[in-house]
Amino acid sequence: MIGGLFIYNHKGEVLISRVYRDDIGRHAVDAFRVNVIHARQQVRSPVTNIARTSFFHVKRSNIWLAAVTKQNVNAAMVFEFLYKMCDVMAAYFGKISEENIKNNFVLIYELLDEILDFGYPQNSETGALKTFITQQGIKGQTKEEQSQITSQVTGQIGWRREGIKYRRNELFLDVLESVNLLMSPQGQVLSAHVSGRVVMKSYLSGMPECKFGMNDKIVIDKAGKGGVTDDVAKSTTGKQSIAIDDCTFNQCVRLSKFDSERSISFIPPDGEYELMRYRTTKDIILPFRVIPLVREVGRTKLEVKVVIKSNFKPSLLAQKIEVRIPTPLNTSGVQVICMKGKAKYKASENAIVWKIKRMAGMKESQISAEIELLPTNDKKKWARPPISMNFEVPFAPSGLKVRYLKVFESKLNYSDHDVIKWVRYIGRSGIYETRC
Amino acid sequence: MPAVSKGDGMRGLAVFISDIRNCKSKEAEIKRINKELANIRSKFKGDKALDGYSKKKYVCKLLFIFLLGHDIDFGHMEAVNLLSSNKYTEKQIGYLFISVLVNSNSELIRLINNAIKNDLSSRNPTFMCLALHCIANVGSREMAEAFAGEIPRILVAGDTMDSVKQSAALCLLRLYKASPDLVLMGEWTSRVVHLLNDQHMGVVTAAISLITCLSSKNPDEFKTCVSLAVSRLSRIVSSASTDLQDYTYYFVPAPWLSCKLLRLLQCYPPPEDGAVKGRLVECLETILNKAQEPPKSKKVQHSNAKNAILFEAISLIIHYDSEPNLLVRACNQLGQFLQHRETNLRYLALESMCTLASSEFSHEAVKTHIETVINALKTERDVSVRQRAADLLYAMCDRSNAKQIVAEMLSYLETADYSIREEMVLKVAILAEKYAVDYSWYVDTILNLIRIAGDYVSEEVWYRVIQIVINRDDVQGYAAKTVFEALQAPACHENMVKVGGYILGEFGNLIAGDPRSSPLVQFNLLHSKFHLCSVPTRALLLSAYIKFINLFPETKATIQEVLRSDSQIRNSDVELQQRAVEYLKLSSIASTDVLATVLEEMPPFPERESSILAKLKKKKGPGAVSVELEDGKERGELNGGADRGGEAAIAASNASTPSPSSDLLGLRSAAPVGGPAPSAGSLLVDVFSEAGPAASSTRVNDDGFLSSAPPSAASEDPAPPLPESDELLNKFVCKNNGVLFENQLLQIGIKSEYRQNLGRMYLFYGNKTSVQFVSFTTTVSCPGELQSQLNVQTKPVEPLVEGGAQVQQVINIECLTDFVDAPLLNIKFRYGGALQNITLKLPVTINKFFQPTEMAAADFFQRWKQLSQPQQEAQKIFKASHGMDTEVLKAKLLGLGTALLENVDPNPENYVCAGVIQTKIQQVGCLLRLEPNAQAQPGEQMYRLTLRSSKDTVSQRVCDLLAEQF
Repeated sequence: MIGGLFIYNHKGEVLISRVYRDDIGRHAVDAFRVNVIHARQQVRSPVTNIARTSFFHVKRSNIWLAAVTKQNVNAAMVFEFLYKMCDVMAAYFGKISEENIKNNFVLIYELLDEILDFGYPQNSETGALKTFITQQGIKGQTKEEQSQITSQVTGQIGWRREGIKYRRNELFLDVLESVNLLMSPQGQVLSAHVSGRVVMKSYLSGMPECKFGMNDKIVIDKAGKGGVTDDVAKSTTGKQSIAIDDCTFNQCVRLSKFDSERSISFIPPDGEYELMRYRTTKDIILPFRVIPLVREVGRTKLEVKVVIKSNFKPSLLAQKIEVRIPTPLNTSGVQVICMKGKAKYKASENAIVWKIKRMAGMKESQISAEIELLPTNDKKKWARPPISMNFEVPFAPSGLKVRYLKVFESKLNYSDHDVIKWVRYIGRSGIYETRC
Repeated sequence: MPAVSKGDGMRGLAVFISDIRNCKSKEAEIKRINKELANIRSKFKGDKALDGYSKKKYVCKLLFIFLLGHDIDFGHMEAVNLLSSNKYTEKQIGYLFISVLVNSNSELIRLINNAIKNDLSSRNPTFMCLALHCIANVGSREMAEAFAGEIPRILVAGDTMDSVKQSAALCLLRLYKASPDLVLMGEWTSRVVHLLNDQHMGVVTAAISLITCLSSKNPDEFKTCVSLAVSRLSRIVSSASTDLQDYTYYFVPAPWLSCKLLRLLQCYPPPEDGAVKGRLVECLETILNKAQEPPKSKKVQHSNAKNAILFEAISLIIHYDSEPNLLVRACNQLGQFLQHRETNLRYLALESMCTLASSEFSHEAVKTHIETVINALKTERDVSVRQRAADLLYAMCDRSNAKQIVAEMLSYLETADYSIREEMVLKVAILAEKYAVDYSWYVDTILNLIRIAGDYVSEEVWYRVIQIVINRDDVQGYAAKTVFEALQAPACHENMVKVGGYILGEFGNLIAGDPRSSPLVQFNLLHSKFHLCSVPTRALLLSAYIKFINLFPETKATIQEVLRSDSQIRNSDVELQQRAVEYLKLSSIASTDVLATVLEEMPPFPERESSILAKLKKKKGPGAVSVELEDGKERGELNGGADRGGEAAIAASNASTPSPSSDLLGLRSAAPVGGPAPSAGSLLVDVFSEAGPAASSTRVNDDGFLSSAPPSAASEDPAPPLPESDELLNKFVCKNNGVLFENQLLQIGIKSEYRQNLGRMYLFYGNKTSVQFVSFTTTVSCPGELQSQLNVQTKPVEPLVEGGAQVQQVINIECLTDFVDAPLLNIKFRYGGALQNITLKLPVTINKFFQPTEMAAADFFQRWKQLSQPQQEAQKIFKASHGMDTEVLKAKLLGLGTALLENVDPNPENYVCAGVIQTKIQQVGCLLRLEPNAQAQPGEQMYRLTLRSSKDTVSQRVCDLLAEQF
């Protein structure tokens, strides 16, 4: 159980300090500052043990969030809580920055009181929290409203309150994926996986029941075995089904139904939420291929040539492409020639950064650079870190497709057809690296 | 130093540093540094040559980055270039970079050394100083190799500037400390001494550090410095505070130099030249006088400087230890400091007084401060000062004030800091013993000590009190009485119970006359503590009980009852259980006079260094050292009477128990209880505890051996087997343990065990002399065909055998097939230079591998008949060489390894045995029949021995072996 929670700025000054249990003393605040924030060697482990006290920390830009405990807690739970805490704060006041935290510290203490009780995490659903923790100050709530909040928070469906009404029933669905890749210089895939999220924003009246369908292999096969919708499945997906390695769902999804029927059905929270998270490793569409060529000319010169090839439908456009080519530590000068986009040697990052705004599918582009080196008395060879890449593409590299999203609301008079649905796919690069 | 020109501001550097300081995060800092490094790299790489200014600027930046903790792997070349610049600032930065960043990079070192050499030979003093500083800062071996010859030359050259001389002296000191072997003494040494006369005080100060260091290694070479130092010192001391201008520090003339001079003088004995000595004494007197003068300034720096000189002067006085007048004055001066406001001064005064107390001249003077010191011990707030006060009390203690000091220390002990308690206890114990005039006081003190600080009383302390009580019969009665009273306290420390148990066990009879301390009361008192004690104490108490049985027969029933109780006789602790069982048996079986012998009063302990003192010495130096000096004279009178029983004590404790073990009886070591005592002087008694009386009978006649050993002693080759080795071998046919060999130097014992075809033999080599044996080697060889019959493996033994010590060797034997000869054991060692070379036969005979076989009569005779071929049988008729005692014969036959079959032979006089010899290759069944004619006259008695086995050689060999046994 979490004994206390501290928020520090980059200098290690305490912005927020909330202690839930007596076993955490005042010195704990300083212990973390001294041993982690101000540590001589950068502390990379997110869990630090100091004097039999465990500190779990996450860092958001310049802000450190640290949960402290003396007990043997479930570390995953603590981190899940910290991430949730970040989400909640972001939902309330946007970016987590020192200034925002200072401006909202009353709110943060209020939130901390609500989402952690004696160190036990409580309801941290933003939508639910917003009903009773507001930034506008307390408006006089009637008895009914108060009892409604109580029954909602303590009831079976804690994430949605009753009596929501919209004139237009709308639903936004984003499939956000990040592709991770490590490729050998010869173009062999050493490791690749996609981690994706399905994020929804729902503005629906009443207590609707939703059903979400995608081209998951197991679901499709099951449907195929049924022998009824085989053709339908093929025709609707148009493509092969995908194998999802593992997935987690929002608390609103009925897991029992997923286990028995592999169908994802739920009563959605109001507003924005993450419906599911998944990971795939098979049949990934790699949007870009990087072909590096590095030649050492003597001790003082290095020639680098990098070709990138886009590997998707020509009709689609990739955006925000950035290729980062590391340079040796003793670089003394760089000349770059590229046909497309802009390239620059960034000395502060020891890399050549090549940016391309837009690039269509099935195209290729090339950069060549001449790097001058200063002879050093260090005999260490340059380790040649991999070339990394960033981009954004308008499709899901895992091949995931949304087959349907049905909404049923029996009590109110709107049907599935009346709901306006928006679906969007965004594929981003995670750690997308090619060795050179 | 040239003024910094306007262009040297290095704005770029300032901007860079302020950028770094303004960085919000570590990442931002790293980014900024990377950017700067790239910039510097491009500048260094750039085609156009950099001017000195920018080179300096970039090297500065690199240095700054390096000091921030980042690796710098370039720029060394540029720094070296800066060295050859003519501008001071550029050169300085170059040297700075090199002293911080240089590593033993061969090519660069050469360049750097070159640049330094150039600077050293230039006439510019600032450049020379820079170079010298760089050498000293780097201080590596390479530097020393390159410049160790050059620097002394600069140091003593007449035309060198003062500031350079200063630097050169300190640089040389550094090199000498780093690699003393490279700085060679030479003709410059005498000239260095004369630097003490230099006009410039700075040079003198620098030179004196060098001289002090050098003279501590080679005092003779620098002997002349004493008189120079004295005259220098007297000039400083007598000078008015304004004379030395720059070197006057808060009205004290040249305090550092004075201290260094005084310290240098401490490296040498007092000067022999009367004039010099007079001058020095005058100086010291002046220093002491000055301490009395009112301070010229209220500033703490002034008094610090003054006191520094004073303390250094006092330590010189103590070092000389020859001027009673000065010593007493120093002591008085320190006495004033004892009540000074400054804690540091009090500490230093007490510390110096500790050493003063050990001087015969000032001991009395120190004693006058006893009240103050005791007061310090009681009221001082700082624990370290209290510790010093305790040390001083210990040091100043003598016969006249011992009682007072011990009493004070005892009373302080109750409130003393935990960290010093144990040491205090030891000190009290030592003082009490050393200055004890009447021993009742001593006993009182120690018992008090145990009562007050029992936890801190180490074993040695209570060992010692028992040693003394046992050695002094005049105090025994008093001790018993006091202990008895002390034990009556409801809660007493375990150490008290130990002392009580021991003393009442020994001398309880001395107070038994008093009805209040009748034997039973004593016993009940001790036993009431029994259950609260730890196991070792309980063991000691059990021993005390058995002593009670001896002292007071009337308590026998009670004590036996206690010993018989389940909590004793079935105690889970082996030691307690064994003691309870043994004592119970001893008390019920042995007659009173046996009991009285066994449980006699402990003999006096041999006199030796007090174990407590040894412990204190081990624990801590300062206080103990002074006492140690006097200890010798004191001890003689203290325990003068104790030597009476010294030898008896040695015999009783088997010369191996330096402290009175908690074993009252000494059962373990002396073994006077069971069986006849082995003759004194035998080292191997304990080994043969199971062999018992047999061991003593097998001992070889010493004289017999001596005649045969010397001839073979000189050669390095293994000597031929001793003539009697066959006879020795025969002794071991029927037994496995015993003394194989003994002469005046060496005793060899054997323990062996056999299982199937494998055997293990333990050889014990005992050194009977008090001199160690060197290059002690043993080899076991199998001559001739024995090699293929027997597999013998040995582990090497330690080449050194200390006098009186015993070493063990393990030999593993595997019998491959049957064999006749025995392996040879060769022993070589040097005893006082002469080589000893002895060869023996190892008692490994075929019968050792017998497995006994039980069988019925019919069975036996059936097999007997099966082995009827003539070559399978071996028969011998021989005269009995010993009596025909049935039991002895049986024991021998069993010892042979066979099974003795009863009721097999129709004639009950005859003996029939059966066994199987186990070898690796085969098993040889063996049947034996021994027919004595017991009716014949003694002297005419004959045996007929018949052996049948499946192998002819075995029959023959066993028959031969056995024939020698009867």
